Amino acid sequence: MSTVKLTVNGKAVAVDVEDRTLLVQLLRDHLNLTGTHVGCDTSQCGACVVHMDGRAVKSCTMLAGQADGASITTIEGIAKGDELHPMQAAFRDNHGLQCGYCTPGMIMSAIDIVHRHGGQLDEATVRTELEGNICRCTGYHNIVKAVLDAAGRMKVSQAAE
Amino acid sequence: MYQTKYHRASSVDEAVSLFGKSSEAKFLAGGQTLLPVMKQRLASPSDVIDLGKIKELQGVELSGDTLTIKAGTIYYDIMTNADVKKAIPAIAHLTSVLGDPAVRYRGTIGGSIANNDPAADFPAALLALGATVKTNKRSIAAEDFFQGLFSTALEDGEIITAVSFPVPAKAGYEKMRHPASRFALTGVFVAQTKSGEVRVAATGASQSGVMRVPAIEAALKANWSPSAIDSVTISANGLLADIHGTAEYRANLIKVMAQRAVAAAG
Repeated sequence: MSTVKLTVNGKAVAVDVEDRTLLVQLLRDHLNLTGTHVGCDTSQCGACVVHMDGRAVKSCTMLAGQADGASITTIEGIAKGDELHPMQAAFRDNHGLQCGYCTPGMIMSAIDIVHRHGGQLDEATVRTELEGNICRCTGYHNIVKAVLDAAGRMKVSQAAE
Repeated sequence: MYQTKYHRASSVDEAVSLFGKSSEAKFLAGGQTLLPVMKQRLASPSDVIDLGKIKELQGVELSGDTLTIKAGTIYYDIMTNADVKKAIPAIAHLTSVLGDPAVRYRGTIGGSIANNDPAADFPAALLALGATVKTNKRSIAAEDFFQGLFSTALEDGEIITAVSFPVPAKAGYEKMRHPASRFALTGVFVAQTKSGEVRVAATGASQSGVMRVPAIEAALKANWSPSAIDSVTISANGLLADIHGTAEYRANLIKVMAQRAVAAAG
Protein backbone atom coordinates (compact mmCIF):
# COMPACT_ATOMS: atom_id res chain seq x y z
CA MET A 1 0.00 0.00 0.00
CA SER A 2 1.06 3.55 -0.71
CA THR A 3 -0.50 6.93 -0.19
CA VAL A 4 -1.08 8.76 -3.44
CA LYS A 5 -1.50 12.51 -3.15
CA LEU A 6 -2.99 14.36 -6.07
CA THR A 7 -5.41 17.10 -6.99
CA VAL A 8 -8.69 15.92 -8.49
CA ASN A 9 -11.02 18.50 -9.98
CA GLY A 10 -9.33 21.22 -7.97
CA LYS A 11 -9.49 19.41 -4.65
CA ALA A 12 -6.39 17.99 -2.91
CA VAL A 13 -6.85 14.32 -1.99
CA ALA A 14 -4.69 11.64 -0.38
CA VAL A 15 -5.71 8.04 -1.04
CA ASP A 16 -4.25 4.80 0.32
CA VAL A 17 -4.14 2.28 -2.49
CA GLU A 18 -2.40 -0.95 -3.46
CA ASP A 19 0.57 -0.23 -5.70
CA ARG A 20 -1.08 -2.09 -8.58
CA THR A 21 -4.08 0.27 -8.56
CA LEU A 22 -4.74 2.02 -11.85
CA LEU A 23 -5.57 5.71 -11.94
CA VAL A 24 -9.05 4.90 -13.24
CA GLN A 25 -9.64 2.58 -10.27
CA LEU A 26 -8.53 5.27 -7.85
CA LEU A 27 -11.00 7.69 -9.44
CA ARG A 28 -13.94 5.31 -9.68
CA ASP A 29 -13.53 2.97 -6.72
CA HIS A 30 -11.88 5.20 -4.15
CA LEU A 31 -13.26 8.64 -5.01
CA ASN A 32 -16.59 7.46 -6.46
CA LEU A 33 -16.04 9.54 -9.58
CA THR A 34 -17.75 7.05 -11.86
CA GLY A 35 -18.12 9.42 -14.79
CA THR A 36 -14.79 8.14 -16.09
CA HIS A 37 -15.55 4.83 -17.79
CA VAL A 38 -13.67 1.62 -18.44
CA GLY A 39 -14.53 0.38 -21.90
CA CYS A 40 -12.02 -2.00 -23.41
CA ASP A 41 -9.45 -2.21 -20.61
CA THR A 42 -6.85 -2.79 -23.34
CA SER A 43 -5.83 0.84 -23.88
CA GLN A 44 -7.63 1.19 -27.20
CA CYS A 45 -11.08 2.70 -26.65
CA GLY A 46 -10.46 5.96 -24.79
CA ALA A 47 -13.56 5.80 -22.53
CA CYS A 48 -11.23 6.35 -19.56
CA VAL A 49 -9.57 9.55 -20.81
CA VAL A 50 -8.99 12.22 -18.16
CA HIS A 51 -6.72 15.26 -18.11
CA MET A 52 -3.47 15.01 -16.22
CA ASP A 53 -1.81 18.40 -15.87
CA GLY A 54 -3.95 19.54 -18.79
CA ARG A 55 -3.21 16.65 -21.16
CA ALA A 56 -5.68 13.96 -22.21
CA VAL A 57 -4.37 10.55 -21.06
CA LYS A 58 -5.84 7.08 -20.64
CA SER A 59 -6.43 6.58 -16.93
CA CYS A 60 -6.64 2.80 -17.43
CA THR A 61 -3.05 2.78 -18.68
CA MET A 62 -1.43 4.52 -15.73
CA LEU A 63 -0.73 3.37 -12.22
CA ALA A 64 -2.23 5.63 -9.58
CA GLY A 65 1.30 6.12 -8.25
CA GLN A 66 2.39 7.66 -11.53
CA ALA A 67 -0.17 10.42 -10.97
CA ASP A 68 1.22 11.27 -7.53
CA GLY A 69 1.62 15.05 -7.37
CA ALA A 70 -0.38 15.61 -10.55
CA SER A 71 -3.54 17.58 -11.16
CA ILE A 72 -6.33 15.45 -12.60
CA THR A 73 -9.51 16.72 -14.21
CA THR A 74 -12.36 14.31 -14.89
CA ILE A 75 -15.68 14.73 -16.68
CA GLU A 76 -17.19 15.72 -13.30
CA GLY A 77 -14.81 18.67 -13.06
CA ILE A 78 -15.39 20.63 -16.25
CA ALA A 79 -18.82 22.24 -15.79
CA LYS A 80 -19.09 25.49 -13.85
CA GLY A 81 -21.83 24.63 -11.39
CA ASP A 82 -25.01 24.25 -13.45
CA GLU A 83 -23.39 25.65 -16.57
CA LEU A 84 -22.12 22.93 -18.85
CA HIS A 85 -18.66 23.17 -20.37
CA PRO A 86 -19.01 24.38 -24.00
CA MET A 87 -17.94 20.92 -25.18
CA GLN A 88 -20.67 19.26 -23.08
CA ALA A 89 -23.24 21.76 -24.34
CA ALA A 90 -22.20 21.15 -27.95
CA PHE A 91 -22.49 17.36 -27.50
CA ARG A 92 -26.02 17.86 -26.17
CA ASP A 93 -27.07 20.32 -28.87
CA ASN A 94 -25.67 18.22 -31.71
CA HIS A 95 -26.95 14.91 -30.38
CA GLY A 96 -23.31 13.85 -30.08
CA LEU A 97 -24.13 10.80 -28.01
CA GLN A 98 -26.27 7.73 -28.32
CA CYS A 99 -25.74 5.25 -25.47
CA GLY A 100 -23.35 7.71 -23.81
CA TYR A 101 -20.74 5.19 -22.73
CA CYS A 102 -17.87 6.70 -24.71
CA THR A 103 -19.00 10.28 -24.10
CA PRO A 104 -16.88 11.20 -21.05
CA GLY A 105 -13.70 10.09 -22.83
CA MET A 106 -14.79 11.72 -26.08
CA ILE A 107 -15.38 15.03 -24.32
CA MET A 108 -12.09 14.98 -22.42
CA SER A 109 -10.16 14.11 -25.61
CA ALA A 110 -12.08 16.70 -27.62
CA ILE A 111 -11.28 19.51 -25.18
CA ASP A 112 -7.60 18.62 -25.50
CA ILE A 113 -7.89 18.62 -29.30
CA VAL A 114 -9.39 22.11 -29.29
CA HIS A 115 -6.70 23.34 -26.90
CA ARG A 116 -3.97 21.99 -29.18
CA HIS A 117 -5.40 23.17 -32.49
CA GLY A 118 -7.24 26.30 -31.44
CA GLY A 119 -9.20 27.78 -34.33
CA GLN A 120 -7.58 25.57 -36.99
CA LEU A 121 -9.89 22.61 -36.61
CA ASP A 122 -11.56 21.04 -39.60
CA GLU A 123 -13.52 17.84 -39.98
CA ALA A 124 -10.58 15.75 -41.18
CA THR A 125 -8.43 16.87 -38.25
CA VAL A 126 -11.15 16.06 -35.73
CA ARG A 127 -11.65 12.59 -37.21
CA THR A 128 -7.90 11.87 -37.16
CA GLU A 129 -7.44 13.21 -33.66
CA LEU A 130 -10.34 11.16 -32.29
CA GLU A 131 -8.68 7.92 -33.40
CA GLY A 132 -8.04 6.93 -29.81
CA ASN A 133 -11.71 7.16 -28.86
CA ILE A 134 -14.07 4.47 -30.02
CA CYS A 135 -17.86 4.88 -30.16
CA ARG A 136 -19.46 1.46 -30.29
CA CYS A 137 -22.74 3.01 -31.49
CA THR A 138 -20.63 4.37 -34.38
CA GLY A 139 -22.18 7.78 -33.80
CA TYR A 140 -19.15 9.63 -35.08
CA HIS A 141 -20.95 11.98 -37.42
CA ASN A 142 -22.63 13.98 -34.68
CA ILE A 143 -19.61 13.71 -32.39
CA VAL A 144 -17.47 15.39 -35.04
CA LYS A 145 -20.15 18.06 -35.55
CA ALA A 146 -20.22 18.66 -31.80
CA VAL A 147 -16.46 19.06 -31.55
CA LEU A 148 -16.39 21.55 -34.43
CA ASP A 149 -19.29 23.47 -32.87
CA ALA A 150 -17.56 23.51 -29.47
CA ALA A 151 -14.28 24.69 -31.00
CA GLY A 152 -16.10 27.84 -32.11
CA ARG A 153 -17.80 28.30 -28.74
CA MET A 154 -14.56 27.76 -26.81
CA LYS A 155 -12.80 30.34 -28.97
CA VAL A 156 -15.56 32.85 -28.24
CA SER A 157 -15.52 32.15 -24.50
CA GLN A 158 -11.72 32.42 -24.40
CA ALA A 159 -11.86 35.72 -26.23
CA ALA A 160 -14.41 36.99 -23.71
CA GLU A 161 -12.21 36.14 -20.73
CA MET B 1 -2.88 -7.20 -12.54
CA TYR B 2 -0.84 -9.16 -10.02
CA GLN B 3 0.54 -7.45 -6.94
CA THR B 4 3.62 -5.35 -7.52
CA LYS B 5 5.63 -2.72 -5.73
CA TYR B 6 5.81 0.74 -7.33
CA HIS B 7 8.93 2.91 -7.04
CA ARG B 8 9.55 6.33 -8.52
CA ALA B 9 13.22 6.95 -9.32
CA SER B 10 14.55 10.50 -9.42
CA SER B 11 17.82 9.65 -11.19
CA VAL B 12 19.25 6.92 -13.41
CA ASP B 13 21.59 5.89 -10.59
CA GLU B 14 18.70 5.55 -8.18
CA ALA B 15 16.75 3.47 -10.73
CA VAL B 16 19.71 1.11 -11.19
CA SER B 17 20.12 0.77 -7.43
CA LEU B 18 16.40 0.02 -6.96
CA PHE B 19 16.63 -2.59 -9.71
CA GLY B 20 19.52 -4.29 -7.91
CA LYS B 21 17.51 -4.55 -4.71
CA SER B 22 14.48 -6.17 -6.37
CA SER B 23 13.98 -9.78 -7.33
CA GLU B 24 12.24 -9.38 -10.69
CA ALA B 25 11.90 -5.70 -11.44
CA LYS B 26 10.85 -3.96 -14.62
CA PHE B 27 11.58 -0.39 -15.60
CA LEU B 28 8.44 1.61 -16.37
CA ALA B 29 8.81 4.37 -18.98
CA GLY B 30 5.52 5.63 -20.46
CA GLY B 31 3.81 2.35 -19.62
CA GLN B 32 1.75 2.21 -22.81
CA THR B 33 2.88 -1.38 -23.43
CA LEU B 34 4.09 -2.63 -20.06
CA LEU B 35 0.91 -1.76 -18.17
CA PRO B 36 -1.49 -3.41 -20.68
CA VAL B 37 0.75 -6.50 -20.59
CA MET B 38 0.68 -6.50 -16.78
CA LYS B 39 -3.10 -6.07 -16.82
CA GLN B 40 -3.39 -9.17 -18.98
CA ARG B 41 -1.14 -10.96 -16.44
CA LEU B 42 1.37 -11.73 -19.18
CA ALA B 43 3.99 -9.97 -17.05
CA SER B 44 4.20 -9.99 -13.27
CA PRO B 45 7.21 -7.98 -12.13
CA SER B 46 7.82 -7.95 -8.38
CA ASP B 47 8.65 -4.25 -8.66
CA VAL B 48 8.10 -1.53 -11.22
CA ILE B 49 10.63 1.28 -11.24
CA ASP B 50 9.16 4.42 -12.77
CA LEU B 51 11.62 6.36 -14.95
CA GLY B 52 9.01 8.95 -15.91
CA LYS B 53 10.18 11.73 -13.60
CA ILE B 54 13.91 11.50 -14.26
CA LYS B 55 14.94 14.91 -15.58
CA GLU B 56 18.21 13.74 -17.15
CA LEU B 57 16.18 11.47 -19.46
CA GLN B 58 14.15 14.35 -20.92
CA GLY B 59 14.79 16.52 -23.93
CA VAL B 60 16.11 16.87 -27.47
CA GLU B 61 19.46 18.28 -28.57
CA LEU B 62 20.66 19.16 -32.06
CA SER B 63 24.42 19.52 -32.27
CA GLY B 64 25.98 19.79 -35.72
CA ASP B 65 24.89 16.73 -37.67
CA THR B 66 23.63 14.76 -34.68
CA LEU B 67 20.11 14.81 -33.29
CA THR B 68 19.94 13.34 -29.81
CA ILE B 69 16.60 12.42 -28.27
CA LYS B 70 16.76 11.54 -24.59
CA ALA B 71 15.11 8.21 -23.81
CA GLY B 72 12.29 9.51 -21.62
CA THR B 73 11.05 12.07 -24.15
CA ILE B 74 7.37 11.46 -24.92
CA TYR B 75 6.16 11.10 -28.49
CA TYR B 76 4.18 14.34 -28.36
CA ASP B 77 7.28 16.31 -27.40
CA ILE B 78 9.27 14.65 -30.21
CA MET B 79 6.52 15.32 -32.75
CA THR B 80 6.31 19.03 -31.86
CA ASN B 81 10.02 19.70 -31.27
CA ALA B 82 11.46 22.38 -33.57
CA ASP B 83 14.89 20.72 -33.85
CA VAL B 84 13.35 17.36 -34.78
CA LYS B 85 11.15 18.99 -37.42
CA LYS B 86 14.13 20.87 -38.84
CA ALA B 87 16.79 18.13 -38.73
CA ILE B 88 14.82 14.93 -39.39
CA PRO B 89 11.18 15.75 -40.24
CA ALA B 90 10.60 12.05 -41.02
CA ILE B 91 10.93 11.33 -37.29
CA ALA B 92 8.35 14.00 -36.46
CA HIS B 93 6.05 12.41 -39.05
CA LEU B 94 6.66 8.89 -37.71
CA THR B 95 5.74 10.09 -34.23
CA SER B 96 2.57 11.74 -35.52
CA VAL B 97 1.24 8.42 -36.88
CA LEU B 98 2.25 6.40 -33.84
CA GLY B 99 -0.60 5.32 -31.54
CA ASP B 100 -3.20 7.97 -30.82
CA PRO B 101 -3.01 11.38 -29.09
CA ALA B 102 -3.40 9.95 -25.57
CA VAL B 103 -0.68 7.35 -26.19
CA ARG B 104 1.59 10.05 -27.60
CA TYR B 105 1.33 12.00 -24.33
CA ARG B 106 2.69 9.05 -22.35
CA GLY B 107 4.78 6.76 -24.57
CA THR B 108 8.52 7.35 -24.92
CA ILE B 109 11.17 6.57 -27.53
CA GLY B 110 13.22 4.66 -24.94
CA GLY B 111 10.24 2.54 -23.96
CA SER B 112 9.44 1.74 -27.57
CA ILE B 113 12.90 0.51 -28.51
CA ALA B 114 13.49 -1.33 -25.22
CA ASN B 115 10.29 -3.28 -25.86
CA ASN B 116 11.20 -3.85 -29.55
CA ASP B 117 7.74 -4.87 -30.65
CA PRO B 118 8.09 -6.35 -34.17
CA ALA B 119 5.44 -3.87 -35.41
CA ALA B 120 6.68 -0.77 -33.56
CA ASP B 121 7.68 2.29 -35.58
CA PHE B 122 10.84 3.61 -33.94
CA PRO B 123 13.02 0.51 -34.50
CA ALA B 124 12.72 1.15 -38.27
CA ALA B 125 13.89 4.75 -37.86
CA LEU B 126 16.89 3.75 -35.77
CA LEU B 127 17.96 1.00 -38.14
CA ALA B 128 17.52 3.03 -41.33
CA LEU B 129 19.23 6.12 -39.95
CA GLY B 130 22.11 4.16 -38.39
CA ALA B 131 21.35 5.53 -34.94
CA THR B 132 23.29 4.84 -31.77
CA VAL B 133 21.55 3.76 -28.56
CA LYS B 134 23.16 5.26 -25.44
CA THR B 135 22.72 3.46 -22.14
CA ASN B 136 24.00 4.08 -18.63
CA LYS B 137 26.82 1.66 -19.50
CA ARG B 138 27.71 1.99 -23.19
CA SER B 139 26.83 2.94 -26.75
CA ILE B 140 25.22 0.33 -29.00
CA ALA B 141 24.75 0.60 -32.78
CA ALA B 142 21.10 0.11 -33.83
CA GLU B 143 22.31 -2.83 -35.96
CA ASP B 144 23.45 -4.66 -32.81
CA PHE B 145 20.72 -3.37 -30.50
CA PHE B 146 17.67 -5.05 -32.05
CA GLN B 147 17.87 -8.82 -31.70
CA GLY B 148 14.57 -10.26 -32.89
CA LEU B 149 11.08 -10.23 -31.44
CA PHE B 150 10.87 -8.24 -28.19
CA SER B 151 14.59 -8.84 -27.71
CA THR B 152 17.45 -6.33 -27.48
CA ALA B 153 21.11 -6.14 -26.49
CA LEU B 154 20.13 -4.59 -23.14
CA GLU B 155 21.38 -6.41 -20.07
CA ASP B 156 19.47 -6.72 -16.81
CA GLY B 157 19.37 -3.38 -15.06
CA GLU B 158 20.71 -1.47 -18.07
CA ILE B 159 18.82 1.73 -18.88
CA ILE B 160 18.62 3.48 -22.24
CA THR B 161 19.48 7.14 -21.70
CA ALA B 162 19.29 8.54 -25.25
CA VAL B 163 19.24 7.82 -28.97
CA SER B 164 21.58 9.70 -31.31
CA PHE B 165 20.63 10.03 -34.97
CA PRO B 166 23.03 11.21 -37.66
CA VAL B 167 21.12 13.85 -39.63
CA PRO B 168 20.49 12.36 -43.10
CA ALA B 169 20.38 14.07 -46.49
CA LYS B 170 16.88 12.69 -47.04
CA ALA B 171 14.53 10.47 -45.08
CA GLY B 172 10.92 9.34 -45.17
CA TYR B 173 8.62 6.96 -43.30
CA GLU B 174 5.29 5.54 -44.37
CA LYS B 175 3.22 2.75 -42.90
CA MET B 176 0.01 0.84 -43.37
CA ARG B 177 -1.62 1.24 -39.98
CA HIS B 178 -3.50 -1.50 -38.28
CA PRO B 179 -6.84 0.29 -37.80
CA ALA B 180 -7.43 -0.87 -34.22
CA SER B 181 -3.98 -1.08 -32.64
CA ARG B 182 -2.42 1.56 -34.90
CA PHE B 183 0.79 -0.45 -34.97
CA ALA B 184 2.42 -0.90 -38.38
CA LEU B 185 0.93 -3.69 -40.45
CA THR B 186 4.11 -2.87 -42.33
CA GLY B 187 6.12 0.33 -42.18
CA VAL B 188 9.20 1.33 -44.14
CA PHE B 189 11.78 3.98 -43.26
CA VAL B 190 14.09 5.09 -46.09
CA ALA B 191 17.18 7.22 -45.60
CA GLN B 192 19.96 8.63 -47.71
CA THR B 193 22.95 9.60 -45.57
CA LYS B 194 25.01 12.70 -46.24
CA SER B 195 27.75 10.45 -47.63
CA GLY B 196 25.30 8.99 -50.17
CA GLU B 197 24.64 5.63 -48.52
CA VAL B 198 21.06 4.38 -48.79
CA ARG B 199 19.53 2.49 -45.88
CA VAL B 200 16.02 1.04 -45.78
CA ALA B 201 14.37 -0.67 -42.81
CA ALA B 202 10.98 -2.38 -42.55
CA THR B 203 8.94 -2.99 -39.42
CA GLY B 204 5.83 -5.11 -38.93
CA ALA B 205 6.91 -7.38 -41.76
CA SER B 206 9.49 -9.92 -40.66
CA GLN B 207 9.12 -12.82 -38.23
CA SER B 208 12.46 -11.70 -36.78
CA GLY B 209 11.44 -8.11 -36.11
CA VAL B 210 12.78 -4.98 -37.74
CA MET B 211 15.00 -5.65 -40.78
CA ARG B 212 17.02 -3.97 -43.50
CA VAL B 213 15.80 -4.41 -47.09
CA PRO B 214 18.95 -4.78 -49.24
CA ALA B 215 17.12 -5.16 -52.56
CA ILE B 216 15.38 -1.82 -52.16
CA GLU B 217 18.57 -0.20 -50.89
CA ALA B 218 20.38 -1.28 -54.07
CA ALA B 219 17.59 0.00 -56.31
CA LEU B 220 17.48 3.37 -54.55
CA LYS B 221 21.25 3.68 -54.53
CA ALA B 222 21.16 3.48 -58.34
CA ASN B 223 18.16 5.78 -58.67
CA TRP B 224 16.51 7.59 -55.74
CA SER B 225 12.91 7.56 -56.95
CA PRO B 226 9.72 5.62 -56.22
CA SER B 227 9.74 4.08 -59.71
CA ALA B 228 13.17 2.55 -59.06
CA ILE B 229 11.43 0.11 -56.72
CA ASP B 230 8.88 -1.04 -59.35
CA SER B 231 11.04 -3.92 -60.56
CA VAL B 232 12.24 -5.07 -57.13
CA THR B 233 10.97 -8.46 -55.95
CA ILE B 234 10.57 -9.00 -52.21
CA SER B 235 10.42 -12.60 -51.05
CA ALA B 236 7.62 -13.59 -48.67
CA ASN B 237 9.96 -16.05 -46.96
CA GLY B 238 10.26 -15.32 -43.26
CA LEU B 239 7.58 -12.64 -43.29
CA LEU B 240 4.76 -12.47 -40.78
CA ALA B 241 1.38 -13.94 -41.68
CA ASP B 242 -1.75 -13.52 -39.57
CA ILE B 243 -5.45 -12.70 -39.92
CA HIS B 244 -4.55 -9.14 -40.90
CA GLY B 245 -2.37 -10.04 -43.86
CA THR B 246 -0.52 -12.89 -45.53
CA ALA B 247 3.24 -12.96 -45.95
CA GLU B 248 2.78 -12.19 -49.66
CA TYR B 249 0.62 -9.17 -48.82
CA ARG B 250 3.29 -7.87 -46.44
CA ALA B 251 6.00 -8.45 -49.06
CA ASN B 252 4.03 -6.22 -51.40
CA LEU B 253 3.45 -3.67 -48.64
CA ILE B 254 7.21 -3.36 -48.15
CA LYS B 255 7.50 -2.20 -51.75
CA VAL B 256 4.51 0.12 -51.66
CA MET B 257 5.42 1.70 -48.32
CA ALA B 258 9.03 2.16 -49.51
CA GLN B 259 7.77 3.93 -52.62
CA ARG B 260 5.55 6.22 -50.60
CA ALA B 261 8.39 6.90 -48.14
CA VAL B 262 10.75 7.88 -50.98
CA ALA B 263 8.06 10.15 -52.41
CA ALA B 264 7.63 11.75 -48.97
CA ALA B 265 11.38 12.15 -48.55
CA GLY B 266 11.61 14.03 -51.84
